[in-house]
Amino acid sequence: MAKIKKIIKTIRVDADKCNGCRACEVVCSGFHADPKWSSINPARSRIQVITDRMKDIWFPVFAGEYTPAECAGRNIYEIDGKEYDECHFCRASCPSRDLFKEPDSGLPLKCDMCEDDPPQEEPLCVQACLNDVLVYEEREEEVDEEVAQEEMEIGIKSLIDEYGLENLVDTVSRLLQKEEQTSS
Amino acid sequence: MRYAETGYNLEVDLSTGNIEKVETDPKLMETLLGGLGTSVKLHWDRTPPETKAFDPENLLIFSTGLLVGTPMYSCNRTLVTTVSPQTDLLCYPMAGGFWSAELKYAGYDKIVIRGKAPKLVYLWINNDQVEIRDATHLRGKGAVEVQELIREELNEPRAQISAIGVAGENRCFTASIEQSRSSASRGGAGGVMGDKNLKAIAVRGTKDIYLYDGAKFMEHIEEVRAYIRHRNENPLKGVPAILSGIGSPQEMLHIDEKWHTESFAWGNARMRRRDFWTPEIAKQWAASQNSAIKRLISCFNCSQQCGALIAFQDVPRYMMKCFSKLTYAMAAYVEDLDFTWKICERAFNYGLDSFSTPQILAFGFELRDAGILSDKYFEGCPKDKEGRFFWLLEKVAHRDGIGDILADGTYWAARRIGNGAEAFDHNTIKKHEQMNIKLGMMDPLYLLMYSTNEKMSIPQIEGNWPQMPFPTREQREEFVKDWIHLPDEKFKKYFVDWELRGEFANPHYPTPQIASEIVDWMETLHNIDDAIGLCAGMGSFCLKPPYHIHNYPKIISAATGMDLDEESLTQIVHRSRNLHRAFNNLRGLRRVDEKPPEDNWKYRFPELEAEILSTYYKYKGWNNDGIPTRERLEELNLAFVADDLEKRGILKNGQDKKDN
Repeated sequence: MAKIKKIIKTIRVDADKCNGCRACEVVCSGFHADPKWSSINPARSRIQVITDRMKDIWFPVFAGEYTPAECAGRNIYEIDGKEYDECHFCRASCPSRDLFKEPDSGLPLKCDMCEDDPPQEEPLCVQACLNDVLVYEEREEEVDEEVAQEEMEIGIKSLIDEYGLENLVDTVSRLLQKEEQTSS
Repeated sequence: MRYAETGYNLEVDLSTGNIEKVETDPKLMETLLGGLGTSVKLHWDRTPPETKAFDPENLLIFSTGLLVGTPMYSCNRTLVTTVSPQTDLLCYPMAGGFWSAELKYAGYDKIVIRGKAPKLVYLWINNDQVEIRDATHLRGKGAVEVQELIREELNEPRAQISAIGVAGENRCFTASIEQSRSSASRGGAGGVMGDKNLKAIAVRGTKDIYLYDGAKFMEHIEEVRAYIRHRNENPLKGVPAILSGIGSPQEMLHIDEKWHTESFAWGNARMRRRDFWTPEIAKQWAASQNSAIKRLISCFNCSQQCGALIAFQDVPRYMMKCFSKLTYAMAAYVEDLDFTWKICERAFNYGLDSFSTPQILAFGFELRDAGILSDKYFEGCPKDKEGRFFWLLEKVAHRDGIGDILADGTYWAARRIGNGAEAFDHNTIKKHEQMNIKLGMMDPLYLLMYSTNEKMSIPQIEGNWPQMPFPTREQREEFVKDWIHLPDEKFKKYFVDWELRGEFANPHYPTPQIASEIVDWMETLHNIDDAIGLCAGMGSFCLKPPYHIHNYPKIISAATGMDLDEESLTQIVHRSRNLHRAFNNLRGLRRVDEKPPEDNWKYRFPELEAEILSTYYKYKGWNNDGIPTRERLEELNLAFVADDLEKRGILKNGQDKKDN
């Protein structure tokens, strides 16, 4: 089985260093504004500092995948004498709460590690955090090439199930023609 | 499209319950920026000099600053303005925290409050939805604890709340407005809020703020970010540790308080203790502080960590910053730092200013010891130094017994008590308690800052100029090498020439002219910070800060679309300062009020001091009584102010030129 190398981008969070300033939220919202930096609004940020001041809880969480499902889990975790709600650590944009949603439309938000052209050295939140709470890390992982193909097969099978093989082939050839026209 | 500002104020009449969202004139940003500048204009337009602090017509304005809520680091100030019950002048206590940015994101630059609610209420602003809610069930709740109660009641954990405690409800003249880890304290705005029957203002905002040229703006902020890193990694040499960094003095971080405890006066600003900081004290204070401070914390969008979450023994948790750590302990002559963590929790929940109040308590006990206040006023008062401070603090906050008189502050209490009590009111200027510093040689810079500034409290006027000359010329030359912040190269020479002793030392150097130039520069910086909403700890009240006269105009221009340079920016804040000055002149402020306490320095020079003050007035374009001349006002497009001053006979014929 062939192996391919993949760059995994992550942000390590050293929550003990967080002073709760929310500079990360401010720059995230500005970077993702259209045009870039035209507006600022932390409610649109894809990173949110979870805060419960008197309980000494301050830590940033990044928006992950959207889920349409309500969540049943409401477990309480106690760490170092502090009580956390399970929700605190969850990265999902979900129907159970209003976190990680555009304030006007309610559309889900997801961290994209500030993909940019040319690429940013680090996501903007990492650049803005002067207390080094956020540390950008890239690591290379070897993954089976098969996996990607398997994923594609699953995706195509579901499309065949839904639209029928003939429709799907027609659509693909139409798209190919379009692409040829635009490139010529 | 409005940039940086929202372009809307919220106008609230508590008497009628009327709430309006009012679009503001875009021209005001060009003439007065925002924050303090535009607030002063509202007071000028609407508050006649006859209006007193507790009249319903007295406005209480909560303002953001022009750049609050943008990515400009440390721009998070709330500026509260109102006629002070203590001074009868326009006071402007400020707070950091998170409230101001939230108000901006809710879509407002200011909340302008007038009238009085028929019963205790709080205001709930959730973007466009604004309601006045019953707060009678919150009467008597602590200014800190009530913030959590309101968040729970609204089921909005992200609401930011400004609130008063019992002291504000009882209209104490030193009542503060508390929010998160910060408070707007000086001048008694909390008492005005209480008089209006307004317990709190809760805000939640999820709207956009627009930047004119966001990409350019961020280029400037990236430069600032690099400089912040540089300064945090390279504390200044040649000054005490507490002054070596940026941000507010890092008193939650540093344990070494030799400088404050030995240079500042204990009790009612009475006694210096030059040998206080012993190894035993250092050890006890380290243990106490390490056990009390749970975590260092910041204000909105700020890299520095000037505040702390305090979790000490069984004391309810709260947050603290800066010099509050010492004011109660030093005023009470208590050497055990544990006392601080206990009494500050009480004081912050009562909602009292930590600068004035400890001096007022110490003043009360001085009057008892002198036999001016008889023992009947102190029935039930504990004998120990700590217990008696707790006891009197409670009396003041509740205006109970002798506390009712002391709650008006040292100046007014002394006059009500009489019988020689006036002599014990030895540390006020314009009826307001000053820092507890009593030094030897008269200092021209401090003479001017103490006497003349509208801000009233000295730590928020000084800042960019070192407090003392450095001992050797080599040290001074080294210090000026990377002093990029100065408005002009000639200031380097002023500093290099400044000696500890001799001809080029206080009181004769800096000369009256040079002192005027240095003070004017520092005041200008403070007025810029107060207009844009920047923490003074990152600009005007700090040696070699990240923000200075050379980068402010670029940052403000990129955010707003204005085309500012150093000169035009300076002109704008001079306009607001003169307007503020004239507002206070209308209320009676004159030269005779502008003098430090007699015992402020041991060595005084009446003639020289008069010359310094006259030179400064002239430099500012004011007449010899400290009133802006017509010529100066017209330069600032404030002819309407000159008209008013003349109409009321405050500026007279022949006082229209700056050389009068």
